[in-house]
Amino acid sequence: MTEASAAVRLRLQGIRKVYPGVVANDDIDLSVSAGEIHAVLGENGAGKSTLMKMIYGVSRPSAGEIHWEGRRVDIASPAQARALGIGMVFQHFSLFETLTVTENVALALPDKPALDELASRIEAVSARYGLPVDPRRHVHALSVGERQRVEIIRCLLQDPKLLIMDEPTSVLTPPAVRKLFDTLRQLAAEGCSILYISHKLDEIQALCHTATVLRGGRVSGHCRPAEETPQSMARLMIGGELPVCEHSPADGRGELRLRLAGLSHASADPFGTDLRDIHLDVHAGEIVGIAGVSGNGQQELLQAISGEETIAEKFPVQICGVEAGRLNAARRRRLGLCFVPEERLGRGAVPSMSLADNAVLTAARNAALVRGGFLAYTRARRFASECIERFNVRCGGPQAVARSLSGGNLQKFIIGREILQTPRLLVCAQPTWGVDVGAAAFIRQAIIDLRNRGCAVLVISEELDELFEICDRIAVLAKGRLSPVRPIGETSIEDIGVWMSGMWPGAEGSGGEDDRAAA
Amino acid sequence: MLRLEPRTEASRLMQWCSPLLAATLTLLAGLAIFWLLDKDPLEGLHYFLISPVKDLYGVSELLLKATPLMLCAIGLAVGFRANVWNIGAEGQFMLGAVGASGVALYFAESDSALILPAMLLAGALAGALWAAIPAFLRTRFSANEILVSLMLVYVAQLFVSWLVFGPWRDPMGFGFPQTAMFHDAALLPTLLDGTRLHLGFVFALGALALGYVFMNRSYTGFKMRVAGEAAEAARYAGFSARRVIWIGLLSGGAAAGVAGMAEVAGPMGQLTDKLNFGYGFAAIIVAFVGRLHAFGILLASLLMALLYIGGEQAQQYMNLPSSISMVFQGLLLFFLLGSDVFIHYRLRIGRARA
Repeated sequence: MTEASAAVRLRLQGIRKVYPGVVANDDIDLSVSAGEIHAVLGENGAGKSTLMKMIYGVSRPSAGEIHWEGRRVDIASPAQARALGIGMVFQHFSLFETLTVTENVALALPDKPALDELASRIEAVSARYGLPVDPRRHVHALSVGERQRVEIIRCLLQDPKLLIMDEPTSVLTPPAVRKLFDTLRQLAAEGCSILYISHKLDEIQALCHTATVLRGGRVSGHCRPAEETPQSMARLMIGGELPVCEHSPADGRGELRLRLAGLSHASADPFGTDLRDIHLDVHAGEIVGIAGVSGNGQQELLQAISGEETIAEKFPVQICGVEAGRLNAARRRRLGLCFVPEERLGRGAVPSMSLADNAVLTAARNAALVRGGFLAYTRARRFASECIERFNVRCGGPQAVARSLSGGNLQKFIIGREILQTPRLLVCAQPTWGVDVGAAAFIRQAIIDLRNRGCAVLVISEELDELFEICDRIAVLAKGRLSPVRPIGETSIEDIGVWMSGMWPGAEGSGGEDDRAAA
Repeated sequence: MLRLEPRTEASRLMQWCSPLLAATLTLLAGLAIFWLLDKDPLEGLHYFLISPVKDLYGVSELLLKATPLMLCAIGLAVGFRANVWNIGAEGQFMLGAVGASGVALYFAESDSALILPAMLLAGALAGALWAAIPAFLRTRFSANEILVSLMLVYVAQLFVSWLVFGPWRDPMGFGFPQTAMFHDAALLPTLLDGTRLHLGFVFALGALALGYVFMNRSYTGFKMRVAGEAAEAARYAGFSARRVIWIGLLSGGAAAGVAGMAEVAGPMGQLTDKLNFGYGFAAIIVAFVGRLHAFGILLASLLMALLYIGGEQAQQYMNLPSSISMVFQGLLLFFLLGSDVFIHYRLRIGRARA
């Protein structure tokens, strides 16, 4: 605990932000002292990012006051925020992949420093705070954890008095998270204030001194995380108990539905990850999870399985007994494959089209929504209505355009659309990414129920807790290679966390950038 | 102070009002131009809007002018909906005219009833063939179809010139660069006595109906729309991107080819090197003013035809330069693109709230 009497560095009073048609923040009070790590806790859509953008000068409050070191300020731009001593590390990095670390940092600095001198300053900061990164390397060659370090170093070079971290751990392996926490504690001990935005209760308990909880754009409570239980904080955050799903162990193995037999495939993206010799079996009646940090070949693996990217040979991808490597996505769907992609708008659904039209997108054949080459509108509307009803999608009906739905509701619709086609094999990417707690529990239960009806399910997710909650077996994808698959009872979150950096027993050249120092 | 504020959702009202707003602004700008040129604006307006449609013959001329515009625009709209940018309808129009003329000249002795259907087919095929070149280069080598289709317009123009100056020149034509006049069996019948309005207008209405059904009701049309709205979603659904490009370009080419056929078998009655009316380019404007929708294209092509004829009349009676029609077309497109901003933004008066 830092001294509560320390000078108040930032104080927000009655902050309100109105966007056309929505009140994103209302009457928010918050104060952070020097050396304090202050959590801003809330579900997706609770208004955390909106609030941080106002502090960092990206947008301006509709009403309310911001006080900085006892003085009322009007922060008009990020440049002004930086001049005051406010730094921010965004959830989605803003780095140029084709430039080096030094060049990226130089672009953010107000003056034009000499690159050589800047490189040595970067090295000094990285040594001091335990943020190892080589300033001469190009950003595209860095792991996600290293990129985050570049972002942090970029902030630290400007000697911030307040550092805002927006969901920083969503891209990190568990050991990298521990290292990040060490750095943040060191910064706080030196007097820097930290605003730590997250919805992960365990992290907040481990790291933060104080917390402000947001719900529906308003403050639902202030607390000291160390004195709370996850349940009590969850109640503040979602206004109810944390929902849990019912998961009975899989009853025996059914027939083989997906076999990856030595799948190797070069990524179409020059900065992507090549898949190397992947072997995996998924059977009817089981859920297999693939853990790993995004960017380790997840996109490539999903596209190779879904058929969005066809591969040179037939045999490496076998769907329900058919060698399907060269079949496109529509042909693979006919074999009984259904697929829920990571991006909902623009990939899983066409933003400007109605839900009925979006039902036709993948269910045209399986649900007979096309007759004699023409769209069967009534059937499509009925299918969409059924999906809306059974999967509790909150929307304006089957004619509502996909864009008008919230992320969680659209995800429920897409998952419902795929499940209603009674797939033999369901492949699901980040099923609950950006979805609120209630909807996430609903989606997990729907996936488990599908398994219980004899479907084979493959889930790729970054959320280890989620995988351990629903999966029967689990493996890790790291640097384009797949680890051995373990039954969930024979492994632990800690083990899988270590595997996430590519170090599993028998892995070739085990050792990852993120963990060499941490292990 | 005026400022633009993003709308939370695209306005459906503005989507359809924007062309009307653009037409109104074009009109006002036209009045201003007349005034600046020391012409009586009201007289100009009369020649542009009233005089072309003051009698049945005028209306028939308007529909005649609108025919190739409708055909070209509905074909282009199929591609445009799918983000396939065929800019070369002008060239495909010429090739359609060449294909139809070839049939007419080859069977010059025959008066079989099958000649017109054969010309129609030849026109559509020749237009589609011309559009197949950019389609092939795009799908095989990722060559940009905008550039390829546009450049092929000039190739088509030179090809027509070569034909009418060379092998197809009418030996009895006093050396003019034109083919022999087609015989009666190779000419489209007129719909109304005393006018030049011919069967091609019915083709155009048929094409609009076909285009509507294809785009809005058929599964293939649905795939085209998905490809245009969200390419990733099309890939996710397993729709072939190549097929979308081929269908987009071939339908534009075939429709423009039919328009070319209707022109030589209709008002022209022969092939000449004066085939560059600009219908293929004007159809791009028509397609967008008509919101890539069959009914919208029907209205927009009538408006564009009015500008064509009105421009001719203004030249004739008001002593205005011949580029006046082009100026009006340009104004219309300019104002349409400008008005389209209001689909996604709304205008607010006053300072932004802090």
